[in-house]
Amino acid sequence: MTGSVTIDSTSLLIASSLVLVSLYLSYSQKLGIEKETVVSVVRAVVQLVIVGYILEYIFGLESPLFTTLLLLFMAFNAAYNASKRGKGIKKILRISFCAITTGTVLTLSVLVFSGTIAYEPYQIIPVSGMIISNSMVALGVCYKQMISDFKNRREEVETKLSLGADILPSSIGIIRDAIKTGMIPTIDSAKTLGIVSIPGMMTGLILAGISPMEAIKYQIMVTFMLLSTTSISSYVACYLSYRNFFNSRKQLIIFK
Amino acid sequence: MPLLDFQDVSFINDGKTILKNLSFVVEAGDYISIIGPSGSGKSTLLRLCSHLISPTGGNIFYKGVNMNKYVPTELRKSIAYCSQLPYLFGNNVKENLDFPFSVRKMPFNEGRVKELFSLFNIPFTFLNADVQNLSGGEKQRISLVRTLLFLPEVLLLDEVTSALDAENTRMVLNAIFTLNRNGITILWITHNPEQSKKYANKILTLEAGEMKSLEVLK
Ligand SMILES: Nc1ncnc2c1ncn2[C@@H]1O[C@H](COP(=O)(O)OP(=O)(O)OP(=O)(O)O)[C@@H](O)[C@H]1O
Ligand SMILES: [Mg+2]
Repeated sequence: MTGSVTIDSTSLLIASSLVLVSLYLSYSQKLGIEKETVVSVVRAVVQLVIVGYILEYIFGLESPLFTTLLLLFMAFNAAYNASKRGKGIKKILRISFCAITTGTVLTLSVLVFSGTIAYEPYQIIPVSGMIISNSMVALGVCYKQMISDFKNRREEVETKLSLGADILPSSIGIIRDAIKTGMIPTIDSAKTLGIVSIPGMMTGLILAGISPMEAIKYQIMVTFMLLSTTSISSYVACYLSYRNFFNSRKQLIIFK
Repeated sequence: MPLLDFQDVSFINDGKTILKNLSFVVEAGDYISIIGPSGSGKSTLLRLCSHLISPTGGNIFYKGVNMNKYVPTELRKSIAYCSQLPYLFGNNVKENLDFPFSVRKMPFNEGRVKELFSLFNIPFTFLNADVQNLSGGEKQRISLVRTLLFLPEVLLLDEVTSALDAENTRMVLNAIFTLNRNGITILWITHNPEQSKKYANKILTLEAGEMKSLEVLK
């Protein structure tokens, strides 16, 4: 890497004063989020420092087994978080884990077998981090949409059931809308790439001294892989979870 | 053997008793009018018959077998339910009328649709109409057609003429009566006392979730 930048501790400390701006605003505007802001800042610093040490350790290990275990750990955490949005749906944690790992494994396999990235911790872990967190957000959106749709579109579902339809044709409209809703954030951000946002990874690479053309190649790969993963994960999650809105007598259950 | 047999059926939702200890039988070929004040549980009773919900107490037998023993989708094909608020899904009327065919993995039968359209006085051009642009009465009749594309053994009607004018109401009444004479059992919720007596052989009266009477007319 040529001309890479380093941040010294003093400038980082000065940069931290930016937090005071948000604290002051919260205080003067009586937003009442000072405590939350402080907590989030402390959490961000502590978590990142720990992750920094762990990553340095794991990158040094270069053990594929360890890398895989870490990926599973990340996927589990993401599944746990996503499933909070699907409270009430049976087996939601298992479904989320399954959806996230399917999306991640499929996308990673394409990337690894095509030689785009190597199964080395310093490549696989950051890339998977992006994939997994995107799936997590997509699943959360899917679940929220499904729960509200099964409530609001009850008539539609029950009309179809009473015409003798099975639960899949009765729910297909809701399933499709949920998958679509889950993918919209990723599609929207893909649409505005470069116009509205220079994504974090690209920014990071450029800041670190990689040429913008090189950074763009990575960004294109990242965009494609996020699109593929969110679609796979949303698809798997919705198709696995819609059944849980019905009981064994194919009757719609309403969540409170 | 009665066609439908309610044995001490109750339905409690969220701690609230909606139907309480209903016991009665429906014989094959019956035409029963269900009446009662708003909120007395009439719709809930038909939803139980169509197996969209199950009793929280007691049992319902269909042809002598507990409803829980049937395959739900088959049961609902044989006991058809046309709901109080006609719900047309998708974009156009054709999508709605194709649905019962696709459920049975059968091709769309335009002839059958034409037959029912003329029976209920619907112009055939409505087939491609946008569901958003239909009047309440039109939706009601199209939802009836959708329910009747394949004839059930029991037909559950929930105030299906509430949005119709006198002329169309008479037409629907006659069409349903014809079905009844051809052997289809009818359970019909209505708010119109005159209509309830016209063709029915029994009148079931609900009040506050309890069966007040089951009157036999003829
Ligand atoms: N899904 C539900 N959750 C909670 N309560 C319900 C539900 N469906 C119906 N109820 C309640 O059950 C009672 C009976 O409702 P139902 O729709 O069966 O009455 P109805 O006799 O059909 O009334 P109407 O003549 O106004 O259509 C009402 O008090 C209603 O509020
Ligand atoms: Mg009702």
